[in-house]
Amino acid sequence: MADVAALNTAGVAADAVSKDLAGPRGARPRRAISRRNVFLYGTLFVISVYYLLPLYVMIVTSLKGMPEIRLGNVFSPPMEITFEPWVKAWAEACTGLNCDGLSRGFWNSVQITVPSVILSIAIASLNGYALANWRFKGADVFFTILIFGAFIPYQVMLYPMVIILREIGLYGSLSGLVLVHTIFGMPILTLLFRNYFTSLPEELFKAARVDGAGFWGIYFKIMLPMSLPIFVVALIIQITGIWNDFLFGVVYTRPESYPMTVQLNNIVNSVQGVKEYNVNMAATLLTGLVPLIVYFASGKLFVRGIAAGAVKG
Amino acid sequence: MSVSIKELTLSFGDVEVLKRLDLEIERGEFLVLLGSSGCGKSTLLNCIAGLLDITDGQIFINGRNVTWEQPKDRGIGMVFQSYALYPQMTVEGNLSFGLKNARVPKDEIARRIARAAEILHMGPLLKRKPAQLSGGQRQRVAIGRALVRDVDVFLFDEPLSNLDAKLRAELRVEIKRLHQQLENTTMIYVTHDQIEAMTLADRIAIMRAGSIQQLAEPHTIYNRPVNKYVAGFIGSPSINLIDGTIEMNGVPSFVAGRTRIGIERYAFSGNGPKPGGATFGIRPEHIFLGRAAAEEPFTAEVDVEVIEPMGADTLVWSKLDGHELRFRVDGQVPIRTGERVPIGFDPARASIFDAETEMRL
Amino acid sequence: MPQQRRPNQLFRNLHAKVAAIPMILTATIVFVGGTLWTVLYSFTSSGLLPRLNFVGLAQYERLWSTRRWLVSVENLAIFGVGKMVFALVIGFVLAALLDQKIRFENTFRTILLYPFALSFIVTGLVWQWILNPDFGVQSVVRGLGWESFSFDPLYNPDIVIYGILIAALWQTTGLVMCLMLAGLRGIDEDIWKAARVDGIPMWKTYLFIVIPMMRPVLITALVIIATAIVKVYDLVVAQTSGGPGIASEVPAKYVYDMMFSSQNLGQGFAASTMMLLSVLIVVIPWAYLEFGGRKRHG
Repeated sequence: MADVAALNTAGVAADAVSKDLAGPRGARPRRAISRRNVFLYGTLFVISVYYLLPLYVMIVTSLKGMPEIRLGNVFSPPMEITFEPWVKAWAEACTGLNCDGLSRGFWNSVQITVPSVILSIAIASLNGYALANWRFKGADVFFTILIFGAFIPYQVMLYPMVIILREIGLYGSLSGLVLVHTIFGMPILTLLFRNYFTSLPEELFKAARVDGAGFWGIYFKIMLPMSLPIFVVALIIQITGIWNDFLFGVVYTRPESYPMTVQLNNIVNSVQGVKEYNVNMAATLLTGLVPLIVYFASGKLFVRGIAAGAVKG
Repeated sequence: MSVSIKELTLSFGDVEVLKRLDLEIERGEFLVLLGSSGCGKSTLLNCIAGLLDITDGQIFINGRNVTWEQPKDRGIGMVFQSYALYPQMTVEGNLSFGLKNARVPKDEIARRIARAAEILHMGPLLKRKPAQLSGGQRQRVAIGRALVRDVDVFLFDEPLSNLDAKLRAELRVEIKRLHQQLENTTMIYVTHDQIEAMTLADRIAIMRAGSIQQLAEPHTIYNRPVNKYVAGFIGSPSINLIDGTIEMNGVPSFVAGRTRIGIERYAFSGNGPKPGGATFGIRPEHIFLGRAAAEEPFTAEVDVEVIEPMGADTLVWSKLDGHELRFRVDGQVPIRTGERVPIGFDPARASIFDAETEMRL
Repeated sequence: MPQQRRPNQLFRNLHAKVAAIPMILTATIVFVGGTLWTVLYSFTSSGLLPRLNFVGLAQYERLWSTRRWLVSVENLAIFGVGKMVFALVIGFVLAALLDQKIRFENTFRTILLYPFALSFIVTGLVWQWILNPDFGVQSVVRGLGWESFSFDPLYNPDIVIYGILIAALWQTTGLVMCLMLAGLRGIDEDIWKAARVDGIPMWKTYLFIVIPMMRPVLITALVIIATAIVKVYDLVVAQTSGGPGIASEVPAKYVYDMMFSSQNLGQGFAASTMMLLSVLIVVIPWAYLEFGGRKRHG
């Protein structure tokens, strides 16, 4: 009988071993198409389609002729592609009595954006540098006011700015608008540069001082060469921000020097004449082209600009 | 005097970071400012460099009052913890930046760079950018940048703290060699590492909460700390401290519970022993075990609680009548947890502090 | 040894002070000066030109009895609540989806964020076209056979503000998503591992552990959205011009129209002061929590 018992225990042991062997082993089985993935990518795909729809609608509408638009709907692709709406939007569309198209607004916007971007970044980077490295008494007070200024609705300062511009003789001129953009871009840019310069190792600044470099020497020879990425971020923020501005353009310039956004709105929302939706969409797309190009060209830096622009103490 | 600081005070708002501090540094001296973080040692160095505006007091360098001079005009060179090399410039550019700012003639710049490169063995590195250098090489360039300024006073702000242990030891020797090579060059060196302080310094200033606790040669600091803080700060593992009282019936002795230590051979400072509360400090490396212990003036038996073998030697945590006592024995000595072993030491090598003022008696 | 006197503090860091002059002028003259000026003149009867003949609170009384202003405020409230809730929720959900270690993350992010690069004018005009009842969504659905389908927000005074909300959300959610994604990425990976070891379901981890940890990002997003809500102007101008009738008017538009078209500066000043007030109600507690608390610790 003892033999049987021994046999039994041996059998149990063998069972245990075989059980162990039967369990999962090796690499985890991978399923490319899991339910989770179908849901995840499916959702993202649908959302992406929704987000892309307006861009698609703009493009297809701008490539259709008016008869085709009247027949179909906004989503149907063009049966016959025509570039005439683009030509018309650029060179012939009317605002009021002027019928020379959006090109005028485009060049106005260029003349506004280029100096505004350069001036605002130059001033704000100096501010940020002074605030980060050369703290002087009272600097923080002005900085706090500046940051509060970023939150104050522009409407509160609209009219006082009109008076200031009138007093210094720049009201209605492009240089006046450049000044306005420089002033109202200052809070966010100063914050951006201050935070960046603060994040640079302070010892570098100290070393430069021991080496006898002064305020401007350190700025140009040490800080600037180290800060190219943040300047690109500022450039992106400012180009898109100033190009997209509407309020300042409409308040501080005269009709002949309206920026592109204001002119676009006047063309599309003018009550005179027959609505030419294809021309309108071509004009809209043209106006959105500059920031879109900046966006797609800058990629990750744009995201970084957003994170930086998102006021962080 | 090479550097002399008189009644220097620095406050940020209500916080006094440095308190009426006096310090005289000889020409050619290697002075180490040692202390834990936040004691004000780096702040003091920055004040000497002119990178921080002081609230009150005066700073003299080479007999000239430089209290309100710009850093560049003080005749100093400075080496930083993070190296602080200008990343966009080559090594040569880093070395020459200060000289160009001072409008030193070109051939003179070249001569000085060549000399620094030779002293610090970095000739092949001159055309490289800092990013292409190792940590040790970077710090060598940073030292070179101070060297080319041709100044009498070098300021080091924790220069080795960012390096790994092996490189740290190497560069430590190199800095010492540099100091010997450059005659009459004063070096002020900030660190929190007591090994660096002990090995490099002619004199060490131990700082705490904005004031200097003790300023003396390393040997004195180690053997005769002025107060309990300095005693505890210097030495690793740290000094054993036992609270008790001094009694004067016949011979002076230190009493803690049932333990009685005769201190008649202890060199009291000032007026000699007085009865009252005191703390008895004895360094772990001054306690001996077994046969060696028997020859010491004080002997006792202790219970071994924990042993930490470290190879060359073993650190023993034990209890002497309930008082914790750490001591160090040779790594080859067999010793086990739970054993009761005889130990001994010479009370003359101890440090005794007043219980209230914590000052050395 | 000779004593040396402390140099004049005014000339220390002189270059830094000179470089900061534009900032100092902007902060004092434009921001503080301009704001105080507007508040001051909101108590006057200024019409075509600003004049200092005080009329007490008359402008405010008139403001709050003007139907157009009341509609504007109501619209802003609906728009604000809607935008705040949906932007935060959608933004967070999108960020959580993108945070699942998916492939093509960059592509998806690029698609979701591009509307933010476009101006409100462009956004408004596109959605005006898509929501056009004769050619847009409504006609498409009807074309599919659902003849009675009706969706014409831009021509229906009751729901026009929702039409604007749709466009605004399309433009902004990408930004909120980016902020949230940065917040999610900032959370220690070990938190996820710990939650997994503890067997906590994913949705619970998000709701009870991750979201509370993202407090700073959430507050940042909240402040950004809130200030943007108050400033909403161009979008309405482009999409509806405030119509039909006055059904989609907003405060910012009221201010502009009063100041620059109706020659009624006093009303404009009073209305903009009300806007300022509403922003301060949001910003001051936030600034106090964010910066006031930190100062006490430092």
